[in-house]
Amino acid sequence: MNAMVGETYFRRLLVFYIPLFLFVFAMLFPFFWMLITSLKPDAELYNPRLSPFIVREPTLEHWENLFGTTLFVEWAVNTLWVAAASTAVSLFAGVLAGYAMSRLVFRGSTMFGIMIFVTYLVPPTLLFIPLTGVVTWMGLQDTTWSLIFTYPTFLVPFCTWLLMGYFQTIPKELEECARIDGATRLQAMFKIVIPLAVPGILSAGIFAFTLSWNEFLYALVFIHSPETKTIPVGVTSELIKGDVFFWGSLMAGALLGSVPVAIVYSFFVEHYVSGMTGAVKG
Amino acid sequence: MAQIVLKNLRKSYDDTEAVRGIDLHIEHNEFVVLVGPSGCGKTTTLRMIAGLEEITGGEIFIGDRLINNVPPKDRDIAMVFQNYALYPHMTVEQNMSFGLRLRKVANAEIARRVNHGADILSIGELLARRPKQLSGGQRQRVAMGRAIVRNPEAFLFDEPLSNLDAKLRVQMRTEIKKIHRRVQTTVVYVTHDQVEAMTLADRIVVMNHGVIEQVGSPQEMYESPQTRFVAGFIGSPAMNFIPCRIVRSGSGLAVRLSQDITLNLPPALEKRYCGHLDKDMVFGIRPEHVTEQRQHTNAQQLDFGCTVEVLEPMGIDTMVFVEINGAEVTARAAPRSVGNLGEEMMFTIDMNSMHLIDPATDKVV
Repeated sequence: MNAMVGETYFRRLLVFYIPLFLFVFAMLFPFFWMLITSLKPDAELYNPRLSPFIVREPTLEHWENLFGTTLFVEWAVNTLWVAAASTAVSLFAGVLAGYAMSRLVFRGSTMFGIMIFVTYLVPPTLLFIPLTGVVTWMGLQDTTWSLIFTYPTFLVPFCTWLLMGYFQTIPKELEECARIDGATRLQAMFKIVIPLAVPGILSAGIFAFTLSWNEFLYALVFIHSPETKTIPVGVTSELIKGDVFFWGSLMAGALLGSVPVAIVYSFFVEHYVSGMTGAVKG
Repeated sequence: MAQIVLKNLRKSYDDTEAVRGIDLHIEHNEFVVLVGPSGCGKTTTLRMIAGLEEITGGEIFIGDRLINNVPPKDRDIAMVFQNYALYPHMTVEQNMSFGLRLRKVANAEIARRVNHGADILSIGELLARRPKQLSGGQRQRVAMGRAIVRNPEAFLFDEPLSNLDAKLRVQMRTEIKKIHRRVQTTVVYVTHDQVEAMTLADRIVVMNHGVIEQVGSPQEMYESPQTRFVAGFIGSPAMNFIPCRIVRSGSGLAVRLSQDITLNLPPALEKRYCGHLDKDMVFGIRPEHVTEQRQHTNAQQLDFGCTVEVLEPMGIDTMVFVEINGAEVTARAAPRSVGNLGEEMMFTIDMNSMHLIDPATDKVV
């Protein structure tokens, strides 16, 4: 970062580096906490006289417990499958709906847009009650399909709105030009608009993936068997027995559960930023 | 290469009528410019020809084909947009060949046409670049190249030069004219710039409020405008309009501009104007026909005096602004013979070039 003319080092420290440091510290501290907790032996963990910030005798016993006695690997596979599938479904619907709402003028198109948004506002804590009925009626209870079909209830409106905004930043002359050049509306969409909307589609995808990866409520309600659970539900239900918390394994599971999301974000961070700001120029 | 025929073409949005019944016959290879102020319906008309706007009423023919319900891709036209609309994710070469690839033209033929188009526009060395790496003028060329390689029945231009700076605009104007001569195709060109219209067009179509005011060659538009709007729109600086009255003067007629200025009408015009005797009319005269006092070369040149209010030196001429009967009047004088600010100066006016406008109808009499 370049210093602005007349700006002193002290001033930059005060308005930039210190706040930045505090922010990064607050963001990273939970990861640090999860890591050291998962490495401490129980004796050390429950001894209030020791400093909680350091590990004296690191152990892998909690990690062994997590992989040896729980179905963590199955949970991770389930979570990945559910997140990927529901993201794919939602992106497909979101791209088409977002395109339609940004480009086509049809009777009630504004109303349609508002209704999609309103569905996003209905809290899952209310929606899960009727959805339970639907899931049972479809015979999907206790399968990962129940999640793949219910996550789009919040992912589709989200993707649609994000992509609608993104499509609007793509000049419509590009498409008109393609249509005069000899493309059908669909060809113009697939050859011109969608390639240009890739940053927007990626950010919608990342968001959708994260939301499904972290989702807790529906997974808790619709899934009962340990082998079908997702990481958030599996870890909290299988590693908390009554009032006994297996803190070490719990933290190990939590840490492993958050790493993939962090990796996905860091890979696409540039696309993600340009996706949020709209990007097509010239 | 085809003629384009518009028959009673209409377009309305919810409660506004953008285009209100246009009839126009554009010939093979003709360069027609639609010109008018913003909101006059010229772009809407062009977009209806392109198939980008639905037609509310009337008919459009390209060649002998009624194309009202033909999708844009099957109309065999090419369009150049104001913002060029180059596909940012494709190279220049891919931009130019996009239409041909969609039409499944053979690769060898595509390469031949793209190279030929690049030759015409001298953009051969840009083929591998992306639009982002091009200057405004280069983008403009690529946009035209993309149209040329298609070899369409007609070119449509939608204010293609508006995004260029003044110098480049003049350059590209000449270029477009040259290209039209080489690529012999029907062209419909939309602009709000009357200079562009005058310099490029075989025929100009002046539009206002969704209707055609007048169609004609640039010279016709300049010399014999039919309405006050066209008279004021074509020509720069714009024609002067002065409230006046036709009065008797001796055996003939005269036009009285103000208490002090009454100018005799040329005998040839008396018959045309005698029906408007003693009515309030508007006198129209172009700045170039009001000059510093000169030796008269014919009897229709008259002199009058006026106080100089503003001077605008243009180099070759100086614009002299005076006030006559409440109207601001521009005269075009030789720089060395203009008077001083606030002082009286003598002018010579060429009455043969005057226009008389009936304010009730805004038509030129």
